[in-house]
Amino acid sequence: MKPLSIVVRTCCDMFAWFMVVFGSYVIIHGDVTPGGGFQGGAIVATFMALLLVAYGGEKVLSWVKFSFYNGLLIVGLLLFLLFGFSGMANSFFYNFLAVPEAVALAGGAHGIIPPSGTIALMDIAVGIEVTGGLTLILLYMFKGTRMFNLIEMGGETGHDSR
Amino acid sequence: MTEYLHLFVLLVLIISAFYAIWFRDLLSSILALAAFSLVLSLEFYILQAPDVAIAEAAIGAGLSTAIYLIALRACGRLKKGNGGGLR
Repeated sequence: MKPLSIVVRTCCDMFAWFMVVFGSYVIIHGDVTPGGGFQGGAIVATFMALLLVAYGGEKVLSWVKFSFYNGLLIVGLLLFLLFGFSGMANSFFYNFLAVPEAVALAGGAHGIIPPSGTIALMDIAVGIEVTGGLTLILLYMFKGTRMFNLIEMGGETGHDSR
Repeated sequence: MTEYLHLFVLLVLIISAFYAIWFRDLLSSILALAAFSLVLSLEFYILQAPDVAIAEAAIGAGLSTAIYLIALRACGRLKKGNGGGLR
């Protein structure tokens, strides 16, 4: 697949990074505004969609490392489980960072701790996970089409060919 | 006022869905489907579900359109070649 014209490539270069910034905003503010981990992760994964549509599969697949996005998957999952098990003294998923009622009634000075406790941190974990997962789905779609093309060109391909 | 806005949005929804089926050109059909998702997210927003609207706009109008475009470009190249034995 050939790259598209220079207009499309320049626009996708610029807007891809804006999508990353906006998706990070949606993830981080997921507990107080509409959106959250899943929505923000989907917006961040649009980064790879824009690059794939603009540059074509071969170039992008030579740029990215699959192990990085697999690592994002694992890190997100482990962070979520860590926050889930952190409140195990009371129960699973116990919100151990929540602002105490006395502090909240006195004016809500809680420093850098998010007002919703672990929910904001879990949103960030879900955002990392969904970013890795949706990006991997896009990349494997492209890899599948490349494999299809190899078969069509008559090359010998086994089950484990790349 | 809100009723007319609902009527307008639903009308555009039906029209874009009709065009997504009616186009013979698959690229136009994909773009009509993206417009359908965008208008659907607008409808979700009017119905006061901004969370669902963001998800619909990101997944429906962004990611699935990209996936359809990838599949369409791969199929177009297949059609141009000398008869792949896979269909």
